[in-house]
Amino acid sequence: MYSLGKILVGLGVFAGLVSAPAWYGLASGSKGTPPELEKSKEGKDCIEPAAYMRAKHMELLDEWRDAVVRRAEHVYVASDGQHHDMSLTGTCLRCHSDPAKFCNKCHEYAGVDVFCWDCHQEKKRGL
Amino acid sequence: MRRRSFLKIAGLGVAAGAIPIARALGRASSTQAAPGAATGKRWAMVIDEQKCLTKQGCTACVQACNKFHNIPAIPDPRHEIKWIWKERHENVFKEAVTPYTPAEVKERPTVVLCNHCDNPPCVRVCPTQATFKRPDGIVMMDEHRCIGCRYCMTGCPYGARSFNFVDPRPYIHGEPVDYPTRTTGVVEKCTFCAERLGVGKRPLCVEACEGTGCGAIVFGDLGDPNSAVSAIVRSHQELVRRRPEIGTSPHVFYIL
Amino acid sequence: MLDKALKGSRGYWTLLVVLSGIFLVGLVTYLQQYSVGLGITGLSRDVSWGLYISQFTFMVGVAASAVMVVLPYYVHHYKAFGKLAILGEFVAIPAVIMCVLFVFVDMGQPRRVINILLHPTPHSVMFWDLIVLNGYLVLNVIISRATFRAERRGLPPPGWVKPIIYLSVPWAVSIHTVTAFLYCGLAARPFWLTAILAPRFLASAFASGPSLLIILALLVRRFSKFDAGKEAIAKLAEIVAYGMAVNVFFVGLELFTALYSNIPEHVEHFQYLFLGLHGHGILAPWMWTSIGLAVVALVILFIPSLRRNESVLVVGAMAVVGSLWIDKGLGMVITGFVPNSFGHITEYWPTMKETLIVLGIYALGALIITVLYKIAIEVREELQS
Repeated sequence: MYSLGKILVGLGVFAGLVSAPAWYGLASGSKGTPPELEKSKEGKDCIEPAAYMRAKHMELLDEWRDAVVRRAEHVYVASDGQHHDMSLTGTCLRCHSDPAKFCNKCHEYAGVDVFCWDCHQEKKRGL
Repeated sequence: MRRRSFLKIAGLGVAAGAIPIARALGRASSTQAAPGAATGKRWAMVIDEQKCLTKQGCTACVQACNKFHNIPAIPDPRHEIKWIWKERHENVFKEAVTPYTPAEVKERPTVVLCNHCDNPPCVRVCPTQATFKRPDGIVMMDEHRCIGCRYCMTGCPYGARSFNFVDPRPYIHGEPVDYPTRTTGVVEKCTFCAERLGVGKRPLCVEACEGTGCGAIVFGDLGDPNSAVSAIVRSHQELVRRRPEIGTSPHVFYIL
Repeated sequence: MLDKALKGSRGYWTLLVVLSGIFLVGLVTYLQQYSVGLGITGLSRDVSWGLYISQFTFMVGVAASAVMVVLPYYVHHYKAFGKLAILGEFVAIPAVIMCVLFVFVDMGQPRRVINILLHPTPHSVMFWDLIVLNGYLVLNVIISRATFRAERRGLPPPGWVKPIIYLSVPWAVSIHTVTAFLYCGLAARPFWLTAILAPRFLASAFASGPSLLIILALLVRRFSKFDAGKEAIAKLAEIVAYGMAVNVFFVGLELFTALYSNIPEHVEHFQYLFLGLHGHGILAPWMWTSIGLAVVALVILFIPSLRRNESVLVVGAMAVVGSLWIDKGLGMVITGFVPNSFGHITEYWPTMKETLIVLGIYALGALIITVLYKIAIEVREELQS
C-alpha cells in the first residue's frame, strides 16, 4: 500500500490520543467508583425523593431559575404538596451546606462542569 | 431491512421513550408566587432633586444598593460597575441647562439609574431575551442567560448598564449578603430590587433615602391610583424624564 | 481536492507555518481572555464595542463583495470574469469565517452563545445577523464547491446551482444591510442613527472587497501560472472606482447633514473623529490618513492611464483598502460611543493582547485563503497544460 508506514504510524498516534483518558485514569490510580457524599446536616428528606433528585436535579434547578428570575415566582410546590422557597443557597444549601463535600464530588467524578458557584455561594467570596 | 422489522423496532423505540415522558407528566409539582409578594401593575419611581440636596454629599441610596447587591468596587474606571449613582445635573438634563444656568445648578448631583422604560431599546436588541420586560414594567436581567454580547449596553440611551470585564469577587468587600454575585462576562443593572418586591419589600435605595429623613426617592405602583407615586405623577406640573423625545417612555420621573 | 494543498514550494509552506504561528499566538492569547475576561481588552463601560466588532463589520463588507464578481459573471454572463470568479468566491468563505470568529471572541460568555438559537428573538437584529451570516457561508461553500468541481472537469456549472447563485446576490446585499441595522436603529447612538449607514456600508464593501481581490489576483499571477486576465482586473478596477466614489460622496452627505444642521449630538462625534474633543483625539490622525489615502485612491482610479497600469493600480487598491479599513475598522464603531450619553469622553484604544487576538483571526483567514487559492491554482495549472 502507498505510504503504509506513515499511515500505520498516524493510526497509532491517533489511537494513543483517543485512549489517553483511560491511560491517565489508570496511571493516577483512581478506582473508578462513585464518590461518597456527605449526608445532609438536618437529616430530613430532600424536597423530592432521592432517586428523583439524582436523576432530575439539573432540570429542577433549571426550572427554578427560570421561575424565580423570569416569572417572579419564589415558591415551589413539591409532589407531596409541601411548599419550598426556590433558592439554591436558601433551600438546597441549608441541608447540603458545603457543595465541595456534596455537589462537587459527583460533578468532578463525572467531569460535568457546573458554574453555579461562580455566582451563588457567599461563603467562598473574597478568595 | 424488512418493513415489518422496521415497524417493530420503531414501535419499541416509541414505547421505550414514552415511559420517562409518562413519568415526568405524572409528577405533580408546580411553582407559584410567594405569599405577600408585592403585586403592581406598573412600578415607577420619582426622584426629587431638591429634597436630595438637603444632605450634602449623601450617597445612602448608592451605598445601600452596592452593599446588598454585592456590587464590586473596581478601581479601574473602565471596568466600573454601578447600578445607581450621581451624575452632574447638566449631563443628565442637557435640555434644562442654558448658557446662563448658575454653576451650582449645573454641578448639582442627580441620582441616575435604569429607567425601566416602557419601550426599552435594550430589550429590543437583546438576542437571547436575557434582558426582558416584565408585565409589571420592570426591565429585568436574567444573568443565567446573558451571553455578554453587550448589545444592550450599546442600545441603552441612559448609560445604565455595566459589564463584568473581570471577575468581580475579589472586589466585593464587607460581610456576605444573601444575594448572588455575578460572574465574568455578563451585563448587570438595577432591577428595581425585583428580588425584594417578590417577597413584599421595597427597593433598597427607597428605604435608605427614607432612612436619611430626606425622602427624595418615592417608589410605587402607577397602576394604583392611591399610591404615592400616582399622586405625584398625576399632579406635579414640573415632572421631567430623561430624553423623552426618543420614545423610550422612562418610568423614573424627576422633580427638578 | 484538498490533497492539492499538501504539495507546494518552500515559500508556500513557509507562509503556512508563519500564518499558523500567528494564529497560535492569537489562540493562546484568547485562552487568557477566556479565563480572565474581556478586561484584557481596551473596552470600557462607556465603549462597549471595539476592535473585535469593528473588524467583524469590515470583514462582512469583504464577504459581501463577492457579489461584485458573481453578479456580472453568472447572472450577466460577463465572460471576462471566467477565471476570476473562483478567486472571488473563495475570498467570501474565509471572510465570513473571520466575521463569525470576531463576534465569538467578543462574547463575554462564549459557552452560552447557543442561547441565541435556543431562545430565538426575531426583534433582535443580532439574531438575524447570525442567521444570514451563517446562511451566506453555507451558500458560498455550496456554490464554490459546485462551480469549482465543474470547472475542474472542463464543464459548465450544474443546473441546480444556478438558483442558489441567484440567491447569493440579494443575500450578499442582505448580510451587510443587516450588519448596518445593528447600528443604525439605536436612538442611543446618534452617530450611527442615519438611514445612509447601510448604503455607506455597501458602497465601501464594493470598493474594498474588489480592491482586495485585485491585490490577491495580482499576487496569484505573480506566484503562479494562474492569470485572471487583464480585462478582468481592469473591470474590477472600474467597479472599485465607482464604489469608492460613491462611498466618498456618501461620507460627504453625512458630513453636510451633521455640520449644517449644527445639532450638537451629531456634530460632536464628527468633531471628536476629525479634530478631537475636549483634549481627546486619538483617532484624528488616523482619519486624516484615511482621507489622504482616499484622495490617492480616487486619483489613481479615475485617471485611465494610471488605472490601466497594473503596478499603479495595486497601489490604488491598497490605498482603498487602507482608507476604508480605517474608516470602518477603526473610526465608525468607536466614535459611536464617544462622547457617551452623559457627554463624558472615555477613549478607547485596543490593547496588545486584543490586537494579537485580532491578528490571530486574520492569520487564520489568510491561512484558509492560501489553502483554497493553492487548490484553485493547481487545478487551473493542470487544466492549462
